[in-house]
Amino acid sequence: MLLEQASTYAASIDNVILIVGVLVGFWFFAAEGMFFWLIWRFREKPGVKAEYLEGHEPHVKKWITWPHGLVLVCDVIIIVAAVQVWYNVKQRLPEADSTIRIIGQQWAWTFQHPGPDNELDTADDIFTVDDLHVEVDRTYVFRLESRDVLHSFSVPVFRIKQDAIPGRAIMGWFEATQTGEYDIQCVEICGIGHGVMAARIHIEDAQAHADWIQSAAAGTAQ
Amino acid sequence: MAHTATATEHHHDAHHAHDHHGPTGILKYIWSTDHKMIAMQYLFTGMAMGLIGAYMAYVFRMQTAFPGVNVPGYGQVSPGEYNALITNHGSIMIFWVAMPVLIAAFGNYLIPLMIGADDMVFPRINRLSYQIFLISALILIASFFVQGGGFGGAWTSYPPLSAVAEYNQTNLGSSLWLLAVALEFVAFLLGGINFITTLMNSRAPGMKAYDIPLVCWMIVIASILFMLSVGPLIAGAVMLLFDQTLGTGFYDPARGGDPVLWQHLFWFFGHPEVYVVLLPAIGITIEIIATFARKKVFGYKMMLYTSVATGVLSFFVWAHHQFIAGIDPRMANVFTITTLLISVPIAELCFVIIATLYGGSIRLTTPMLWALAFMAEFLIGGVTGIFLGASGADIYFHDTYFVLAHFHYTFFPIAIIGTFAAFTYWFPKMFGKMMNETLGKIHFWGTIIPFNLIFIPLFVLGMGGEHRRIYNYEHFPDLASDGFFMMRQIATIALLVMLVFQLVFFFNCFISWRKGEKAGKNPWKANTLEWTTESPPPHGNWPEGLPNVYRGPYEYAHPDRKDDYWPQDQPV
Amino acid sequence: MAFAKPQATLRSATGIPTGRLAVWWLLASEVVIFGGVLGSYLMHRLGHPEWAEAASHTNTWIGAFNTLVLLTSSFTAVLAHQAAEKGDGKKAAGFLVLTMGGALTFLCVKSYEWTVEILEGFTIQSNTFWSFYYTAAGLHALHVIAGAIIMGIVAADAYRGRELQRVELIGIYWHFVDVVWIFLFPLLYIAK
Repeated sequence: MLLEQASTYAASIDNVILIVGVLVGFWFFAAEGMFFWLIWRFREKPGVKAEYLEGHEPHVKKWITWPHGLVLVCDVIIIVAAVQVWYNVKQRLPEADSTIRIIGQQWAWTFQHPGPDNELDTADDIFTVDDLHVEVDRTYVFRLESRDVLHSFSVPVFRIKQDAIPGRAIMGWFEATQTGEYDIQCVEICGIGHGVMAARIHIEDAQAHADWIQSAAAGTAQ
Repeated sequence: MAHTATATEHHHDAHHAHDHHGPTGILKYIWSTDHKMIAMQYLFTGMAMGLIGAYMAYVFRMQTAFPGVNVPGYGQVSPGEYNALITNHGSIMIFWVAMPVLIAAFGNYLIPLMIGADDMVFPRINRLSYQIFLISALILIASFFVQGGGFGGAWTSYPPLSAVAEYNQTNLGSSLWLLAVALEFVAFLLGGINFITTLMNSRAPGMKAYDIPLVCWMIVIASILFMLSVGPLIAGAVMLLFDQTLGTGFYDPARGGDPVLWQHLFWFFGHPEVYVVLLPAIGITIEIIATFARKKVFGYKMMLYTSVATGVLSFFVWAHHQFIAGIDPRMANVFTITTLLISVPIAELCFVIIATLYGGSIRLTTPMLWALAFMAEFLIGGVTGIFLGASGADIYFHDTYFVLAHFHYTFFPIAIIGTFAAFTYWFPKMFGKMMNETLGKIHFWGTIIPFNLIFIPLFVLGMGGEHRRIYNYEHFPDLASDGFFMMRQIATIALLVMLVFQLVFFFNCFISWRKGEKAGKNPWKANTLEWTTESPPPHGNWPEGLPNVYRGPYEYAHPDRKDDYWPQDQPV
Repeated sequence: MAFAKPQATLRSATGIPTGRLAVWWLLASEVVIFGGVLGSYLMHRLGHPEWAEAASHTNTWIGAFNTLVLLTSSFTAVLAHQAAEKGDGKKAAGFLVLTMGGALTFLCVKSYEWTVEILEGFTIQSNTFWSFYYTAAGLHALHVIAGAIIMGIVAADAYRGRELQRVELIGIYWHFVDVVWIFLFPLLYIAK
């Protein structure tokens, strides 16, 4: 049901989702199953009076305390899985092959690519609006900024999402694993045009990306 | 018994005083300080606001499923209007439907009746609370008709969008929205003080802490939670109002402010708020299940302590709404742990409700169906929350339709199913007539089935990467596929079906109120005190003298008795 | 107004009078409101050491004088409570009027102080320190005004010997207003 996985960490995020899905799925079906079985089993029958149970008799209370302990165990498994992935995606910042700047404003994305010299904030930087070009299998570190209100940079196929806050530069990273063209969405409501603040990410192989840089740099020079 | 005797005398004095000097005619209803009348006012205002909220849902669901359509009964939806509709739908359903109905209406109606008092301790403050609430509702509605239209910055109202008119383009709309929310908070603070002190001080003689029906405890715990969590947001709202109107820069980073501060203040309130409305709904459910399963609640104290634990824990989980909001990433780990820990008490509440069924003698009346449906549907909302609380998975799910479907699977059971459960259960007490069971069951299935058909497709859409609050998905090539649009359309059509079935409910209310069979004092053979007086209860609740209490509220199927119930007020 | 208290109001299952209980819960909600303002202010202040410069323009002596005024008025509120305990409504009303005098003095001094500061160009818009300064102190001043008005009503009743228990309640509220100022004074004036 999930989208294709186009970044190095997409699979690991999906994996957390799967672990959570299996564990809570078990609980969900166990609880609902028990629930409906009890409704059916103890439906009103003429002449049968309900049982009188306080709930603290040990032989009945164990039906609460045991599942209770199990829930806690499941929680620990989920926490460990989630925190590992979180650390990899959000908390650590890998060595960058390239650094880009992403600027949100009402209601467009500006992407600052490092250009032919692969250095950000130099004269040959390439600016595009609503089109981000990246090369497959390269580690990109991004600086996410905003000019006005909150925005949020999301590439669903990468599973990455990060809010942009005016006055701050928030760092993040991604590495694409396959070529293609996908949606970038703004995920934080940012005013009237929020619903049309769409952009595209173009993931290219080395050759195509080099070609794009050349043509774009030539365009900038003119 | 001397105490009761004097109390009764007192009461008769009070009664006479009111009869001779109280307002008359329509003013009797408007200016009434009677807790039951105020409860009705809250109930009907809440339901009216619910209809407005549902109308908004209808309009924007039409737009998402059929972009650009001329919505019957509304017309074309512009992007600004779309944002205003989703914003106010959320605000209305939480602040003007869930809270007034579950806490204020049923709190006002049930607390004095269930603890054997003749009214709330501060009837006039109670009336003031409703009046402020009504004004806040009117201000919110008015905000749609000012220049620029209603506020469209989402119910979370994050600055700088909400703070700067240049950005949100609804100068007056945003201030009115904020003012309405702030007034609503004041109304509920006043109401909350009333609920808490009434429960603490005005219990019937003989009623010990563990003899109080759980729904009263739940409403009071919810009021305490609200009271202790809303303060910072009131402070934050004042700062936001000053940013909007006086030109301060509390949330403006260029002037030394911080937009993320609002998010902390908002969610420090916003998360406990979920439990503020959840706990009363659980209380209602447990009352109904105990009555119709003829069972003692499985572990009264366990339930009570767990609710308190949930409340306390809920103060330490707020930042799970902000995992990707630019907070320090290390903080996310702490909040993942606290958030997942809250699954322990919540699971326990569910287990207790399920275990109460064990050994019962279950009668599937309409209120029981609603109560059971609350449990079955809320479980879906509960388990899907785990995906969002786990930071690693939330990176993907944050602000997608998965989140939206998740919280509708919690709020719909709470606010709608819980309300219908309570309404159908206490209708005989409130209006003195039984509701029609056949119509009630048609309405039940006509609500529950479409409800699932609305939100299950939205889970799927969310997994497919569709984000919330988007005016028109045609602008996003990956989301514009026919399959996606079909799912949006299924959800919208299911919504239409569900709305149509609500007519059955209103018809049922009307026909039962006019022609229903007389309910008598205790149609459900329940134990709690409200069933020991007339239906509907007269002014003062027990004209012959307030009841005394001899036992807990859930003594069903006691082995020493022939009857399978044992009202709280019957002497041994 | 023809209003008879219900029996519910007269009951006291906890042993604590209902009015006192309600005032304590009211204060609990007030504590979190001021907690929100002051918590936000503290977080910002720690992140912005340069606010010390702005803070140096506040007048500590005026702040200190107002602290003294409020403390004195709290003392008269206690005396009013003692009088009410003894059933002397007239005396209690007298002390409440003195307390209201304290509130009035506080507000006059505050108005003078703000006028001077605004004339010097330090307005609520100047920077976020001043925004917090006016917002926090303004919120507090609103509580002083509300307290003084309610105190007037309570005093009028007490003078006729009615609702004497309310003298204590307004006193509790007044101590709270005082305590809030005890927090505001060092945070806004002394920390430079």
